Amino acid sequence: MKVGVVTFPGSLDDVDAARAARLAGHDAVSLWHGDHDLKGVDAVVLPGGFSYGDYLRCGAISRFAPVMSEVLTAAQGGMPVLGICNGFQILCESHLLPGALIRNDHRKFGCLDQRVRVENTSTPWTSSYAQGQELTIVLKNGEGAYVADEVTLDRLEGEGRVVVRYVGNPNGSLRDIAGVTNERGNVVGLMPHPEHAVEDLTGPGTDGIGFFTSLLESAATA
Amino acid sequence: MPRFVVDVMPKPEILDPQGKAVLGALPRLGFEGVTEVRQGKRFELEVEGESSEALLEQVRAMAETLLSNPVIEDFEVHAQSDEAAE
Repeated sequence: MKVGVVTFPGSLDDVDAARAARLAGHDAVSLWHGDHDLKGVDAVVLPGGFSYGDYLRCGAISRFAPVMSEVLTAAQGGMPVLGICNGFQILCESHLLPGALIRNDHRKFGCLDQRVRVENTSTPWTSSYAQGQELTIVLKNGEGAYVADEVTLDRLEGEGRVVVRYVGNPNGSLRDIAGVTNERGNVVGLMPHPEHAVEDLTGPGTDGIGFFTSLLESAATA
Repeated sequence: MPRFVVDVMPKPEILDPQGKAVLGALPRLGFEGVTEVRQGKRFELEVEGESSEALLEQVRAMAETLLSNPVIEDFEVHAQSDEAAE
């Protein structure tokens, strides 16, 4: 599949995300924040980083980048979209995903190998995993605490839209939520970085590659 | 040029780690008796045209769309008179 990776000013993990997509057998396509163009990709990754310097709020300005109006339309049409860390923040600011990310309760930038549990394997980004499978992937952020009102949290739980949950809460995220999906299930956002856990040499293992190989499976069964 | 002020505050039920950090720092500096600190943002906007209800409404729309995130923040908008600005 052609997997587009958006670069915003201040993106850090776009190259790693593209590499992870290639390792999983995809063609990685660079997308530019200032273009109204998705270059015919089949899926989009919004990578981690500090787009627009995290000014105002994380993701608040990126949300209005020209490429985001294309991503919004494509996402609403069912295209698989994955937001990692800053990308998750952008998806929440865009209202493609519910809730918001606020400063970690311990007020420190956290950088660690984090244990998480996959709780929804029906999304195009998680179908390679087994229900309840535990992964170790990198978590690195200062504003990663997931919050939403009780009604929204109950709805997410009830509809099985909590995609990944922390095993051991690292930052005060409500109900240990590490990642969620939209109603349709094609848009997934999570704070941990699967793209940093795709090779033994450079990460805590290869547990993250499943997010990218899942796309092949969902394409094969579509 | 009319000036508008937008005050943005974290919703009461949302944890405010920055406010908590300030609250923790005050007694260390000898300031006693503070029981709660919430930290927010203040925007000052100068807008072309005459001050009017319509313009205020426009600033409110800006606050709703960009300056605040309604999921985690509340905001208040008011026009600042020239006297108050001086």
